[in-house]
Amino acid sequence: MTIHFVVHDEGDSVGVVVVEGLKASNRINGWIMDQDKMIEFDAKSDIPIGHKLAIKPIKAGETIIKYGVDIGKAVSDIQPGEHLHVHNVKTKRW
Amino acid sequence: MAIDLKGSSFEGWRREDGRMGVRNHVIILPVDDLSNAAAEAVANNIKGAMAIPHAYGRLQFGADLELHFRTLIGTGCNPNVAGVVVIGIEPGWTGKIVEGIAASGKPVEGFAIEQNGDINTIANASRAAYKMVKHASKLKKTKAPLVELWVSTKCGESDTTSGLASCPTVGNAFDKLWEAGHTLVFGETTELTGGEHLVKARCKTPEIAEKFQAMFDRYQRVVETNKTNDLSESQPTKGNIEGGLTTIEEKALGNIQKIGKKCTVDGVLDKAERPDGPGLWFMDSSSAAAEMVTLCAASGYAVHFFPTGQGNVIGNPILPVIKITANPRTQRTMGEHIDVDVTGLLQKRMNMDDAGEALLDCMIRTADGELTAAELLGHREFSLTRLYESA
Repeated sequence: MTIHFVVHDEGDSVGVVVVEGLKASNRINGWIMDQDKMIEFDAKSDIPIGHKLAIKPIKAGETIIKYGVDIGKAVSDIQPGEHLHVHNVKTKRW
Repeated sequence: MAIDLKGSSFEGWRREDGRMGVRNHVIILPVDDLSNAAAEAVANNIKGAMAIPHAYGRLQFGADLELHFRTLIGTGCNPNVAGVVVIGIEPGWTGKIVEGIAASGKPVEGFAIEQNGDINTIANASRAAYKMVKHASKLKKTKAPLVELWVSTKCGESDTTSGLASCPTVGNAFDKLWEAGHTLVFGETTELTGGEHLVKARCKTPEIAEKFQAMFDRYQRVVETNKTNDLSESQPTKGNIEGGLTTIEEKALGNIQKIGKKCTVDGVLDKAERPDGPGLWFMDSSSAAAEMVTLCAASGYAVHFFPTGQGNVIGNPILPVIKITANPRTQRTMGEHIDVDVTGLLQKRMNMDDAGEALLDCMIRTADGELTAAELLGHREFSLTRLYESA
């Protein structure tokens, strides 16, 4: 079975796409590394390899969690399965 | 099966100061930008000699000049170097570099261009290089316990796969090397932003934690003073963003995976400063690949671990750089740059312990003389860190 995306920790808000050419509406398999669990999802955007998808509903202003740690804030609402990157998330530093 | 690090050895060259090197380079080291042409001419005349040209060395002063001297002297003293020919525009600073390298007991000779001209300087320096390469080629390799191998790390053109797999691979290897008593280093001060509390918590003593925090805070002030935006496209780089990294915090948390889970941070180093004992050291440094790797070489490290996501192609003139990737696209499109393929980690075809062992195996082969991808492709990036403008 192909792993389409990987999540560091089950408390995280995001997963990382690890295959090339992922298309919106694909049924995709995710592996949560720390807990060694599999989850299933529908991708809502075309997402390039290495890029992230939200795995939870996120509201504008909310903190994004990855590795169980704060990695920045959402600047617009993000739906589960949607591409999450510099267009909707910004650093809290600098 | 796990490699028995404590029972392992490698074959390299025992230098005059007792350190073990894994390469046997004779380098032609310019003191300043003006002497690059002569240095390159000497290296062209004498096969087996390597020029290390660079852009600086004139009108520097204060701490910036001290760093310039420390980096050049450290490069000459590195155990991967058998002998050094130093060429400078004038005899004063040339002599300073020669004297600094000579303190290690290594063969070194200096030549100044003023009052001689390039042609005579090149002739004289070529004769010295001729003798030095002849001498180096006669040196025999000897066996030494693996623990004598100093290992540095820094990642580059990172993406999300770096934090998921290639940096944790280094972390797994570093935990094992640290337990076996090796001398290790990491750095990249701004690239800890968002995870600095995690590094601080790993410091062995409150005094080390305080020194680390002071170095981190100073570098943040440099960013705050000079920034014109949130540094997006610089830190994270354009390549990082292309690879899926969104913020500096996310990049930092991936970066920090390189120090594993068990190692403590046993001390801090200034740029190009030599550690005075084993353990994991933090070096206050730039996160730019060539600058950081150049500083690691100047501190005396003999092998370097370089995880990459999008495919940074860096090498160093004297420090073998071992590249590790977990990104299947990078492995497919630029595999000739990669020494250790850990793409299997992301499909559960490989576990982290196996990945760490594969890297350690590559490290031992490299120490024994196998060339890295960067060496085969001729990557010799040598980048001096500057602290401020010249006078």
